[in-house]
Amino acid sequence: MQIYLPIAEVSVNAFLLLGLGGVVGLLSGLFGVGGGFLITPLLFFIGIPPTVAVATGANQVVASSVSGVLAQFKRKAVDVPMGIVLQIGGLLGSTAGIWAFNLLTRMGQIDLVVQLSYVVFLGSIGLLMLQEALRTIRRQRRGTQKRVKRHQHNWVHKLPLKMKFRASGLYISVIPPIMVGFAVGVLAAIMGVGGGFIMVPAMIYLLGMPTKVVIGTSLFQIIFVSAFTTMMHAITNQSVDVMLALLLILGGVVGAQFGTRLGARLKAEQLRVLLALLVIAVAVKLGLDLLLRPADLFSLTIPRGKP
Amino acid sequence: MIRLALLALTLLAALPARAEDIVAGLSHDNIGITASFNGSEILIYGAVKRAEPEPEGPPLGVIVTLEGPDGPVTIRRKSREFGVWVNTDSVGVASAPSYYAVATSAPLAEILAPETDVIQRISVPLALRAFAGPIEVTDARPFTAALMRIRTEDGLYRVDEGAVRLVENTLFRADFHLPANLIEGDYTTRIFLTRGGAVVDQYRTAIYVRRVGLERWLYVLSRQHAAIYGALSLALAVFAGWAAAEAFRLLRN
Repeated sequence: MQIYLPIAEVSVNAFLLLGLGGVVGLLSGLFGVGGGFLITPLLFFIGIPPTVAVATGANQVVASSVSGVLAQFKRKAVDVPMGIVLQIGGLLGSTAGIWAFNLLTRMGQIDLVVQLSYVVFLGSIGLLMLQEALRTIRRQRRGTQKRVKRHQHNWVHKLPLKMKFRASGLYISVIPPIMVGFAVGVLAAIMGVGGGFIMVPAMIYLLGMPTKVVIGTSLFQIIFVSAFTTMMHAITNQSVDVMLALLLILGGVVGAQFGTRLGARLKAEQLRVLLALLVIAVAVKLGLDLLLRPADLFSLTIPRGKP
Repeated sequence: MIRLALLALTLLAALPARAEDIVAGLSHDNIGITASFNGSEILIYGAVKRAEPEPEGPPLGVIVTLEGPDGPVTIRRKSREFGVWVNTDSVGVASAPSYYAVATSAPLAEILAPETDVIQRISVPLALRAFAGPIEVTDARPFTAALMRIRTEDGLYRVDEGAVRLVENTLFRADFHLPANLIEGDYTTRIFLTRGGAVVDQYRTAIYVRRVGLERWLYVLSRQHAAIYGALSLALAVFAGWAAAEAFRLLRN
């Protein structure tokens, strides 16, 4: 069944979109990530204009994060003050990101920057996750204990403006969380992702937060950053396609249910290896697109902003 | 007296040109883009009205064009910089039709003289208009060729020589298939009767392509009340997220 998307101005198969949302939802339920890093490149592949794909991707991330954070709140695994501090950085980052996005769109380099960001961030995070998960698996085989290193004192703890974060059990300066929030906000706006896959490692390794509260807090702040990104894209670029978002969300919600059930049957390390491989595969695919000679050297763009 | 004679002469000279008139119609002149829009068939038909027997001489040619709304297009070319393929050169075309189809009763070269083509802008390359801004590349031709090639591959530009069926040099019909990736606007249909490469008569009418229903409502909302539209998209996402979490909980219990 073909459906005409009012903003993207293309006609696509509705079942393809439901299926796409479903697959991403399945992975999102399986691995506990928003799935924005997958949906946006997949939308590029099926011919949705990049501006629409990025803006609509942000809208879809709102839905999956809301769904996830509600469950985390019930487990009391959300550090609200930390979320708000990250937020402040995130909103500043989002504004900067949208500005950069519009500038790059005008220069015709947006595709390159989006692709490069994906390759660099997905590639490095995928490799780190793969290494970490393999190390855990090896260590379990040997039967050695995990060494827990928390409360390392480094440069992060020497900064001013300290604040207590009770749920995380931290007493640190607000500057590093604001910086992390800012960086994720910029990426969210440019890449159309929630940034969970960057936020989570940054919270664990840079801020030293306990893993227990990391996912909930990350989801909590992603809701607001991606909601803000969606609004900014809707107002400045008018590129959010609600019809497209609806189909992706519907598929995603159903997929997430199956994903969670499937996830319960697999081991955590196995899941992390699979996710790492998936992330690396996406990065390699996008990287090859940049390195190999494209099938068509020419591309057409229609300047936006017509009445 | 001389003036009257001149008038009579011009009238007489003009008469052969008006000896063949087009009478034409469309299967429908309104196309609604609904959510399930999947392209549309349109039939353009007509007849040649003559006050006197068909003139001797070169054979009659019929050309039907269908042109979508014009708009600027930027054509970019990638090249390899630092090992990575990036957009480097670009050419802006001020106005290119979003859709352009030409159907003819015989090969275009046989029924249309190049100078007539220049005046009437019938063939695809001539339907593209002026470049926008200064041209920064040494040769813009590969860029316009790429524009025509990409749009032809997308089914947006096409030339169907021989697609106009001409019966007894009087009745003609042309079938057009409008693709699913149409943009809305006023589409112009032009019909040309030619003899010996020159236009004998022409006829022009419009087809209105509009989003209708939900598509129209959403589009207008997104342009005119962007903040409300954004809030609506967010509300939808938040509701779907909440509903999913609730449904999960109910299924678990």
